[in-house]
Amino acid sequence: METFWFCVIALLWLGYLFLEGFDFGVGMLLPVLGRDETERRVLINTIGPVWDGNEVWLLVAGGATFAAFPDWYASLFSSAYLPLTLFLIALIGRGVAFEYRGKVDSARWRRVWDTVIVAGSWVAALGVGLVLSANVFGLPLDANGDRLGSPFAAISLETLLGAFAVAGYALVHGAVFLSLKTEGEVRERARSLALKVAPLALLPLVVLLLTVQLRFGSVWTWAATIVVALAALGAYTRLVLRREGQAFALMGVAVAATVTALFGALYPNVLPSTLDPAWSLTVAGAASSPYTLTVMTWVAAFGTPAVLVYQGWTYWVFRKRIGARHIPPVHVPTGDARVGEPS
Amino acid sequence: MDVLDLARWQFGITTVYHFLMVPLTIGLSLLVAGMQTAWLRTGERKYLAMTKFWGKLLLINFAMGVVTGIVQEFQFGMAWSAYSRFVGDVFGAPLAMEGLVAFFVESTFLGLWIFGWDRLPKKVHLACAWAFSLATMISAYFILAANSWMQHPVGVVMDDGRPRLTSIWAVLGNNTVLAAFPHTIFGAFAVAASFLVGIAAWHLWRRTEEGAVWRASVKLGTWVGVVAFAGLAVSGDVQGKLMFEQQPMKMAAAEALCHTEQPASFSVFAVGDVARQDCESVKSVTVPALLSFLAHNDFSSEVKGIQDLVPMYQEKYGANYPVDPQLGELSGKPIDYVPSLPVTYWGFRLMIGFGGIAVASGLAILWLTRGGRVPRGTWFKWLALGSIATPFLGNSFGWIFTEMGRQPFVVVPNPSGVDGVWMFTARAVSNSTVGEVLTSLVALTLVYGVLACVEVFLVRRYVRAGVAGVLPDGEPDDVGKSDDHLQFAY
Ligand code: HDD
Ligand code: HEM
Ligand code: HEM
Repeated sequence: METFWFCVIALLWLGYLFLEGFDFGVGMLLPVLGRDETERRVLINTIGPVWDGNEVWLLVAGGATFAAFPDWYASLFSSAYLPLTLFLIALIGRGVAFEYRGKVDSARWRRVWDTVIVAGSWVAALGVGLVLSANVFGLPLDANGDRLGSPFAAISLETLLGAFAVAGYALVHGAVFLSLKTEGEVRERARSLALKVAPLALLPLVVLLLTVQLRFGSVWTWAATIVVALAALGAYTRLVLRREGQAFALMGVAVAATVTALFGALYPNVLPSTLDPAWSLTVAGAASSPYTLTVMTWVAAFGTPAVLVYQGWTYWVFRKRIGARHIPPVHVPTGDARVGEPS
Repeated sequence: MDVLDLARWQFGITTVYHFLMVPLTIGLSLLVAGMQTAWLRTGERKYLAMTKFWGKLLLINFAMGVVTGIVQEFQFGMAWSAYSRFVGDVFGAPLAMEGLVAFFVESTFLGLWIFGWDRLPKKVHLACAWAFSLATMISAYFILAANSWMQHPVGVVMDDGRPRLTSIWAVLGNNTVLAAFPHTIFGAFAVAASFLVGIAAWHLWRRTEEGAVWRASVKLGTWVGVVAFAGLAVSGDVQGKLMFEQQPMKMAAAEALCHTEQPASFSVFAVGDVARQDCESVKSVTVPALLSFLAHNDFSSEVKGIQDLVPMYQEKYGANYPVDPQLGELSGKPIDYVPSLPVTYWGFRLMIGFGGIAVASGLAILWLTRGGRVPRGTWFKWLALGSIATPFLGNSFGWIFTEMGRQPFVVVPNPSGVDGVWMFTARAVSNSTVGEVLTSLVALTLVYGVLACVEVFLVRRYVRAGVAGVLPDGEPDDVGKSDDHLQFAY
């Protein structure tokens, strides 16, 4: 049961990285792929209806960790306090920026929010990578699960690698997504950008996976790592052939294999202590009681399929490619309402 | 300041801030779904205009609700890790359910609603509005169930120093949440009602066009407000009785009641220093026997005062904190069982008072605008705008009272049920450094401050522009005709 919940949490992270991965990417690429205001609106509208739903995967990953492995939740979040604070602020900024940037018709207003979107997307992607990789490599925890050492303990060479791994992946994933979801020039630009930057942008991910495998790997996590490489190469060739849908799906396979490799390397720990292996939090030790896990299993068994169905439906409703011709003229309040007939 | 104080300030600031958006989202989303239903039923342009106008304000507010909520979800682990470890077995479940059952529905269907005006058949589109607004209520239920468990732990046994869940139904059916949920939802409707009345009355005062829209909004808002206030009073009365059983000290603190009284009178207003636990300096205007009624449904029953409760608490839960370096300065010190009296006493009164002002101004505005009349004086403008703030304040004070009134406990012992489950707030906090918590406190507060200015600025703009700001061509039925343009786009 504990192991099952470990897998569920890995699955939630997978959903999060796959879905929010591309909307981070779209945000990061906003100024690069959107050359004018209309194009930038095209980009933002590709994720408009879905970004908030994507973010909920993170909230549920957090909530499920709290419910199924309270010790894990408590130790990880309190130990990575400062990076998480920055990450939260980035998410806050991004979220309001999407909603507010189009609400005033002024170039300066939009410029400010565009900056927030770009910075927020970068910081958030880097932050996720940092915290996730710190989780895999371990933190200096004492017997109680509290962090010893400085507030910056989560920041090291390995975790910086993890930060760039996720950011690089999000960049490519976002570009592939845009080549699938847009039309015309933006689509071409997204595609060629993806092809151009992919080798460099995915490099940190490859190095990260190899480092993790060399340190903690087992046969099947190696297998997963190889799947990552194959899927990424496959995605690349599909994109060359203009099969954007297939390329995007293969990116999904790559993320799935990445998450498998990372969480597989972590198991049976949930959060290793770098000070003493005896202090590491394990799947068995950090878990909630069997009753709680059973309750959660019932909830997940009914909840998850429903979520997949209606989120899938959203993507279906908004399946059309978006181009400049779909973007309506700006309509925002410009002044006060007229005074009407005396009533 | 130590980590404990900073973490408490941070929790207080972030949740009170979150709870400025939350009630407006809950109340307004249901009202907007109702307006849209009315539009589909009758085809009247007035209702479309209302849906679009209030819907836009809802969206502006919703975005802030979401982003401030994210912080809430993380801060239990970040700043209150000892608490999270202690309660995780019980508390995590409703939190996770909230995400899985409510937030997914909320965010997905809101996306569909915003962007689906021209993509979805009208009925399906309307169903999205309802799905989204009902989900906000479901989310409220789960989070309140979690909060109510802290006020009144049920469905657990102590096992190896931690509460272990034995019945999720007990937690979800806790009598505390059964009372707190309607109270909070009525509070949310009170907010949305005053929002409608205040803004619409201001438009009437300015005599902007679309008078019919504003009149309908004033009327709707006033009646919703009246019902909400009545609901608040009834559910609040139930809460008072539960509080008397479950948290007698909170009840005494709410009244700054020093000595046990029988029958006990309800203090409406006090002059002097309520902070003193001996009550010597306080002169108070009281309603005889009302407190007895609030506590027991019986005008002659006894209500215990602080001076008699303290020894009871000391006997049951200890006179001193344990000696433990984790507790910092408090280690081994006597435990202060009395919550901050000025906060609880005035918090309780301001909660009720601001709610009362809200409903009274709603009724006054409805009466003043009867039969097409509108007062000309600027006082009417200020009455309209001022009334918007009142239920927000009522809600904030309600929470501040509830949460501060349970100090020094974070998980309050349950005298009428499971014994032995409680946690002192001082024990709940993370082992973080002052630097960390101070950084996040300052950073988040600054971000919130900036965002508050932005939100007010945007709301003001959309409000001032009236209906023309959201219904461009004044053409009611162009929705669904063109396939080329997105009707609603960022
Ligand atoms: C009584 C209702 C209520 C209360 C007490 C709280 N919230 Fe809340 N929360 C809501 C009612 C709500 C809501 C109405 O469902 C919101 C407000 C606006 C919105 O987007 O949904 C929301 C949003 C919201 C979100 C964003 C959801 C999304 O992305 O769609 C999160 C993560 C939380 N909340 C978490 C919390 C936590 C951990 C709380 C406890 C401290 C909390 N909220 C108090
Ligand atoms: C949204 C409405 C809420 C508001 C406005 C609110 C307000 C507050 C305030 C003012 C404090 C600081 C009290 C103090 O330090 O003395 C506090 C603390 C706290 N609240 Fe709430 N609260 C809300 C909802 C919740 C909910 C729903 C939960 C749990 C599910 C919760 C859990 C806590 C915890 C864990 C603390 C910190 C410990 C403490 O200081 O006692 N709160 N809250
Ligand atoms: C009219 C009479 C009212 C009574 C008798 C009343 C009673 C109460 C009581 C006893 C509590 C504390 C529950 C506890 O700590 O266990 C409470 C909490 C609260 N009240 Fe009221 N209240 C009234 C009006 C209002 C109004 C007008 C508002 C808002 C506009 C409001 C908003 C709240 C909120 C947000 C809380 C905290 C959440 C909760 O515990 O439900 N109340 N109220």
